[in-house]
Amino acid sequence: MAVTVKTFASASEAAGALSSDRSARYLGGGTLVMRALNEGDVSISTVVRASDQALTRIDASGPRITLGAGVTFARVLAERELGFLHAPARSIGGPAVRNMGTVGGNLFAQSPYGDFTVALLALDATVAVQGSFGSRDIPIEEFLQARERQTGTLVLSVSCTRPTSTEAFRYRKIARIKPKGGSVITLAAHLPISGDRIAGARIALGSMAPTQIRARAAERALEGRSLDAATIAAAASAATEGTSPYDNALGSAWYRREIVGVHLRRLLSGQE
Amino acid sequence: MSKIPLQFRHNGRDVAIFVDGGTNLLVALRELIGDMTPKFGCGQGGCGTCSVLIDGELHLSCLTLAETVTGRSIETLDGMKQGPNLHPLQRAFADNFAAQCGYCTPGMLMAAKALLDRNPSPSRDEVIEAISGNICRCTGYEPIINAILAVAGGRASA
Repeated sequence: MAVTVKTFASASEAAGALSSDRSARYLGGGTLVMRALNEGDVSISTVVRASDQALTRIDASGPRITLGAGVTFARVLAERELGFLHAPARSIGGPAVRNMGTVGGNLFAQSPYGDFTVALLALDATVAVQGSFGSRDIPIEEFLQARERQTGTLVLSVSCTRPTSTEAFRYRKIARIKPKGGSVITLAAHLPISGDRIAGARIALGSMAPTQIRARAAERALEGRSLDAATIAAAASAATEGTSPYDNALGSAWYRREIVGVHLRRLLSGQE
Repeated sequence: MSKIPLQFRHNGRDVAIFVDGGTNLLVALRELIGDMTPKFGCGQGGCGTCSVLIDGELHLSCLTLAETVTGRSIETLDGMKQGPNLHPLQRAFADNFAAQCGYCTPGMLMAAKALLDRNPSPSRDEVIEAISGNICRCTGYEPIINAILAVAGGRASA
């Protein structure tokens, strides 16, 4: 069935079109919406696009970085200032998918995809959205919890604070196919160090629940401690708490629960 | 529903077609222009056999909304050969037995061209990364990697 495509010059006009039509979906890089259309998803009757330059802007000069929702993973990889995000960007798709897929779209990618969002969740990113109520900033965790109810809003950009060192932010994606494949599990850890203690630990997990989630028990095990073997072991053994993994072709829920602590231990101890 | 007029360059030639809203570029190329070289595989971005170059950049045509390529330049495998002669990559694929059933070959060749256009002498790891979005169920990839490397450095295949 043919759909109506509406292209707007500004993001706010596109947001207006989205909020007034429940069957409208925003088309970014196409890897989610075109896929749904190819599968014959009849719930989409209108495709909304915006040619607004603001959506493809990267601001990576200062301590706080902002990525327009339409920034592709290939552009993240081409930006030297965004080195801390290169590992998650590189872990997505092959080159064609990285030339197309966007930071904003990844927020809506369901498991076994959405790896970049795992990194953003660990980095406590803020998502700027525009809806019929105007624009506002939402903490990424709150955004993800309400993700299925986000129809009618348009993501404008994502911002986060740059980690203070390369050691302070770590990322690991477990896939069966190398170098490309869907996620069995994905882990990201932000470990700011104050003195020699961890202050403000955030651990994010992908494919361990219907959306990307934080491993709060593991965070508590790390908080205020130095990153020694005993602390790492405590965090690893708490990794499954609060998770609700599921079975799919890439791995069973049981397998995911078995390996998440192992990979968290390796991530925290800096092992390959 | 009214058709949408669309103009772009296809292998160096200007084309003008009318598409239905929501038509993907793969359907536009195959059914409206008659270029059957990009293949339909999964329709999901998982297999890479529909790969084409848009302004020199590797894209999946099945996930590209046709009307977004207005005014842009599309290259497909159909435009790769040089007159009556095969492109060096096509020659190397034949010499290295890099095609068996051949269904992945159009996408593999476009992914390889995207790599070599940007990086004429890639390492083996860079070749593997460049074709990582393209699935081949026949060859086990080694002949394909060797064919690309053979063109890249004029190196003999292993």
